[in-house]
Amino acid sequence: MAFVVGGLYAAAIYMMLRRSIVKLVIGLVLLSNAANLLIFTAAGLTRGAPPLINVGDVLPPGISADPLAQALILTAIVIGFGVLAFAVVLIHRAFEVVGADDMDKMKDTDT
Amino acid sequence: MNVSVDVLVALPIVLPLLAGALSLVFWRSHALQRMLGVFGSLALLVVSVQLLFATWDHGHLVMEMGAWPAPFGIVLVSDMLAAIMVVLTGIIGLATAVYSLSGVSVRHERYGYYPLFHLLLAGVNGAFLTGDIFNLYVWFEVMLVASFALLILGGERAQMEGAIKYVTLNLLSSALFLSAIGLLYGLTGTLNMADIAVKLAEVEDTGLVTVIAMLFMVAFGIKAAAFPFFFWLPASYHTPKVAVSALFAGLLTKVGVYALFRVFTLIFSHDVGYTHEILLWIAMLTMLTGVLGAAAQFEFRRILSFHIVSQIGYMILGLALFTPLAIVGGVFYIMHHIIVKANLFLISGLTYQLKGSHELKQLGGLYRSHPMLGVFFMVPALSLAGLPPLSGFFAKFIIIRAGIEAEAWLAVAVALVVGLLTLYSMVKIWNEVFWKAQPEGVAHAQPASGPLIWMWLPIIGLALMTVMIGLYGQPIFEMAERSAEQLLDTSGYIEAVLGAGYVEALQESRR
Repeated sequence: MAFVVGGLYAAAIYMMLRRSIVKLVIGLVLLSNAANLLIFTAAGLTRGAPPLINVGDVLPPGISADPLAQALILTAIVIGFGVLAFAVVLIHRAFEVVGADDMDKMKDTDT
Repeated sequence: MNVSVDVLVALPIVLPLLAGALSLVFWRSHALQRMLGVFGSLALLVVSVQLLFATWDHGHLVMEMGAWPAPFGIVLVSDMLAAIMVVLTGIIGLATAVYSLSGVSVRHERYGYYPLFHLLLAGVNGAFLTGDIFNLYVWFEVMLVASFALLILGGERAQMEGAIKYVTLNLLSSALFLSAIGLLYGLTGTLNMADIAVKLAEVEDTGLVTVIAMLFMVAFGIKAAAFPFFFWLPASYHTPKVAVSALFAGLLTKVGVYALFRVFTLIFSHDVGYTHEILLWIAMLTMLTGVLGAAAQFEFRRILSFHIVSQIGYMILGLALFTPLAIVGGVFYIMHHIIVKANLFLISGLTYQLKGSHELKQLGGLYRSHPMLGVFFMVPALSLAGLPPLSGFFAKFIIIRAGIEAEAWLAVAVALVVGLLTLYSMVKIWNEVFWKAQPEGVAHAQPASGPLIWMWLPIIGLALMTVMIGLYGQPIFEMAERSAEQLLDTSGYIEAVLGAGYVEALQESRR
């Protein structure tokens, strides 16, 4: 899993460094997925032990998977989805206004 | 502590959300939305001032959401720093709402300016008040989504170009922040900031802790526009409507600074020699690059944008020196800066209405036609440069004094030079916009969408506030002092959130 996360980060940063704004957004997608997988991995993986509590008990029996990390990822996915939807609309609109899929043509506001 | 006081902690978040929801309900009625904008932010200001007084009395106010006890549930915590920041949000919110009455056109209102405005305030307040690190991330995102939409309201070419940089850099910083949270959770198994602070002290692997600290520093550094991550700010802040610029300039970067203050006093104070040394360099370089960037600019709002960057450096310098007096200075600086900077942006907007341009070359003669505006420009401008007896002088004085006491000579020298260069920039604006003669018919006054009095009122109010902070600085200083005490002595925060005896019980169970 660690290698997958590392690969995703590398790919995301490579994509973000390209000039094309479409690739920039693809890079952002990969980056948010990399962060989600990182939380998933860092919180520790437990196989086949759902945190279910038997009727009448207070604690789940034995060692079980940590549900909080998954709740975090779920929240992060939802937020990431919303923000990326915005980003996609933004680049579409920027493409219409600027007329190019190229970061180098978008430096009017820099100097 | 009774229940009604605790509810105060949640109100600064709930009120803007409510006002925003109502604005959405009355989508077609612009008059009602404007009323909601002004009265909603007025109510926010009233509540936040009450929160400040309550926090002053009680020290810390803690509200456990849904009555789930900390560290399991999400808590909202108000200490002095958070309460001060919320009050400032209220002030800027009210000023911008009044300004928007004539500064925002019907076309922008139709795209949902007011609902987004309230959502932004809710996000900012949430970030200030939360005591849970993941919740902080969520509020950051609430704030960001609202700011993205406000930034491109209108859809001009410059806005699109600025927005792409703004969105990319902020999403990058969010992803880093999220990664850091993931690692931190893996290390400590908790998300409550007080609980993290307790458990991190026992973690053996200090190398990994430092790595996480650096991730947080980069993530918040991008949000705060610190060197070397500042370049998105001057590329985007001058593109939207002036009311939006003022709101951003006053609040958004300061949320990043606040997060730095919170995280690097409460959680990562184990290796001060390493992390705060880096912060010190960041602070100095931020100050320098910001002010040098501003010196090269000839567009009103862009000069101001670069000055945001350089002023952020002073605040981080306060944190980096990490002595009680330096933290006081940092907090004082934040208070002074938010008011002054928002005011300068509002003035640039009024100038645009009167003369029809943001370019210094095309402006002129404003002192002849509107001498009072000149006076009200001089107050925040000289305050920004740090001339006595205005608020900026005391803010700079405290930080530089703390620097001398800490024997950080280089930082002191940089801070002084940057103060001079700031004065140079402000005098440049003064000469070009107010003093020199009006160039021949290049630009004309813009038709405002309402009476100009609504633009004057917030400018005058904020300028008076600047003078008041300068002349009656003692209560403000005491507030900053109290918040610095709370920031440096984290046991009060931890005890308020987790309850007395939690730390002992934890150590007992480890044995």
